[in-house]
Amino acid sequence: MNLVFALLFYAATVILVAGLVFRIYEYARVPAPLKIPTTPAPTTSGGVAFRMFREVVFFESLFKSNLWIWALGWLFHVALALVLLRHLRYFTEPVNFIIAFIQPFGMYAGFAMAAGLAGLWARRFLVERIRYISTPSDHLMLALLLGIAITGLAMKFLMHTDVVAVKVFFLGLMRFEINPLPADPGLYLHLGLVALLMIVFPVSKLLHAPGVFFSPTRNQVDNPRETRHLAPWAATLGTKN
Amino acid sequence: MADETTPVAVAPAPTSSAPKPAAAPAAKPAEKAKVVAPAYRDYPTIPALKFDAMVESNPYVAAAAHNESVGFPGTLVDGWEQKAVAKMGELLGKYRSLRVYMDACVHCGACTDKCHYFIGTGDPKNMPVARQDLMRSVYRRYYTLPGKLFPRLVGARDMTKDVLDDWFRYYNQCSECRRCSVFCPYGIDTAEVTMAAKEIMHSVGLGHKYVNEIIGKVHKIGNNLGLPGPALENTLEGLEEDVLEDTGAAVKYPLDMQGAEVLLVTPSADFFAEPHVDSLIGYGKVFHAAGISWTLSSKASEAGNFGMFIGNYEQMQKIAMRVREAALELGVKRIVVGECGHAWRVAYAFWNTLTGVGAGANDPFAIQLQKQLDPNYKQPSHICEVTWDLIQQGRLKFNKEANDHRIVTFHDSCNVARGSRMGDYAGGQFDIPRNIIRAVANKYVDMSEATTREKTFCCGGGGGLLTDELLDLRVKGALPRMEALKEIVDRNGVNFMATICAICKAQFTKVLPYYGFKMGMVGGVHQLVSTAIVLNSEQ
Repeated sequence: MNLVFALLFYAATVILVAGLVFRIYEYARVPAPLKIPTTPAPTTSGGVAFRMFREVVFFESLFKSNLWIWALGWLFHVALALVLLRHLRYFTEPVNFIIAFIQPFGMYAGFAMAAGLAGLWARRFLVERIRYISTPSDHLMLALLLGIAITGLAMKFLMHTDVVAVKVFFLGLMRFEINPLPADPGLYLHLGLVALLMIVFPVSKLLHAPGVFFSPTRNQVDNPRETRHLAPWAATLGTKN
Repeated sequence: MADETTPVAVAPAPTSSAPKPAAAPAAKPAEKAKVVAPAYRDYPTIPALKFDAMVESNPYVAAAAHNESVGFPGTLVDGWEQKAVAKMGELLGKYRSLRVYMDACVHCGACTDKCHYFIGTGDPKNMPVARQDLMRSVYRRYYTLPGKLFPRLVGARDMTKDVLDDWFRYYNQCSECRRCSVFCPYGIDTAEVTMAAKEIMHSVGLGHKYVNEIIGKVHKIGNNLGLPGPALENTLEGLEEDVLEDTGAAVKYPLDMQGAEVLLVTPSADFFAEPHVDSLIGYGKVFHAAGISWTLSSKASEAGNFGMFIGNYEQMQKIAMRVREAALELGVKRIVVGECGHAWRVAYAFWNTLTGVGAGANDPFAIQLQKQLDPNYKQPSHICEVTWDLIQQGRLKFNKEANDHRIVTFHDSCNVARGSRMGDYAGGQFDIPRNIIRAVANKYVDMSEATTREKTFCCGGGGGLLTDELLDLRVKGALPRMEALKEIVDRNGVNFMATICAICKAQFTKVLPYYGFKMGMVGGVHQLVSTAIVLNSEQ
């Protein structure tokens, strides 16, 4: 099992990183031939950076749109961020003091994350419109994330695993050494689901994470009259008088 | 725009291999069924889903001649399935918007209640995300690994005739108003998806009759309504006589005047449709009062650009090029655009890219024009920017009481509100028209803020849907705007809704009566200006 999980995580990491790099390369390479910011839009690049910051950190548009989705979605994402930061302790030695400081918050964030996910999932059943647009993969993605949250919480509060050994295992992986992983079914499940999430990331709707930064309606400066905006494929079209 | 004035055929053109929209060909054309407005909602509650409520909405398929005149295959080509999928691949490599938006949607549902057509019809395929998914499902099938391996799991579908029929039906139920993009956490703009879908459909020979007919007329005659130069000249002479009679001032409406300072490009509906023409009269009075020499062009006698509606870059550029050529020939220093929503989006956001009308270029093509244009003015300028500047400089005088019989509100047109700007700061497109109205009229009331500014609702007729066979859709799509209007009609006695879009004007003229309002309630901002402006002869 040690070897299986070691190989699984190496593979998942390669797929996640290579997949995301490829996607980001793709998004960056495809030009936006026309100026299409959703206006009113910032007229300077500093303004665009601020708009993007509000969008990514506070989910501004979603807040304007629907408070329920915003509350549940924001709760889930902030909690996930805390949980991820908390897990950095398994990959660093010594542990950064900020990471050490947030450990208790990260722990309770696990509950918040599960609550947010459960709320979002409930909407997929309870709200007719959202039920209509949901595909099986939308449900599975929530199941996957909720599974990760629940198995993680279970290991913390119900059936402890040897976290020191887990840390030795992951620190070892980072030096290409394979150390023993505690033989706990809960841990296996948790790690297996995390690896699955990493693998599907570059081919799923999780691409909304890099995608938002490349969204022309949000990342363009509103200055079409002041500067001539030309995509390479459009530059020579129709310009002969 | 052509709505009131061009005859609309009563049946799809009888080309044997042209695809019939999916509902049986025997289905009654929409205008024969009695069109009724949906009931006002007591509260703006979100409608329950009415499955397939709009499945009978069948836009007329363009005849071969119309498709070919715009450079598309006349009828559905052999092997269209593969060709459509290949075209999608091409567009994914040319438009970052489409590329990112196909991946980024998480089906959160934020947009589901934001579309006026969904609110008015309850058809779930009119929810923006569901409309996008008509294409996204095909994208997933052919361009993503999970869609190739597990199509059902991720909602992926083969490109089939049923899918194509749904595209034709429901992408012709999107007015490309971008309201959904305001609310999407990733800024996904359904208009971009609709435009791509139309581009794909055209590339395999499936066009919408109304739009392609109009594009053909622009190329052949110079404007969407097919008004030839002599008719235009006649109309303008008639206007001069009317204005002279009404005001005693010899206001000119010049055509093709060499060396004029300003070239005014305006939607062709302004030349004779009601209430559009009253705004054209107003533009002329503003230029007259300010002493600015100006001209219209018979070559560029149309500001509208239906190339945008079909998402076709080349068409959009070709149509826009007429304005560049006219500007160069006439030697004008400024280009000003009249009251037209999508035209202003194309002019403001795309002209610099397409034809070099703007500033900041470093290539010979654009510099040729830009060195002719006066850098002291924004190029192009909206007529409202021109008028508001003149008001601020004190160069226009008004008798505001002349508008006292009107209690005015303002309808933000979608393309102006969410696709462009006026003035120097973000949101100027909301303030400048309102500032003008307040400068020329004493009584002004805004509609509910959930329905104005960037949250404005489409009139229901934009995006190339202003055609009689889609009247049922247009009436239903107007519901949210009509509700907001009714609120202030009941509360404040509003009797005039000003707007700066030719399509809005034509659409409201048609649908207001369905909601129990007078069709004369709608008019232009420069119609109000025209009423109140004090001309030299009266000073």
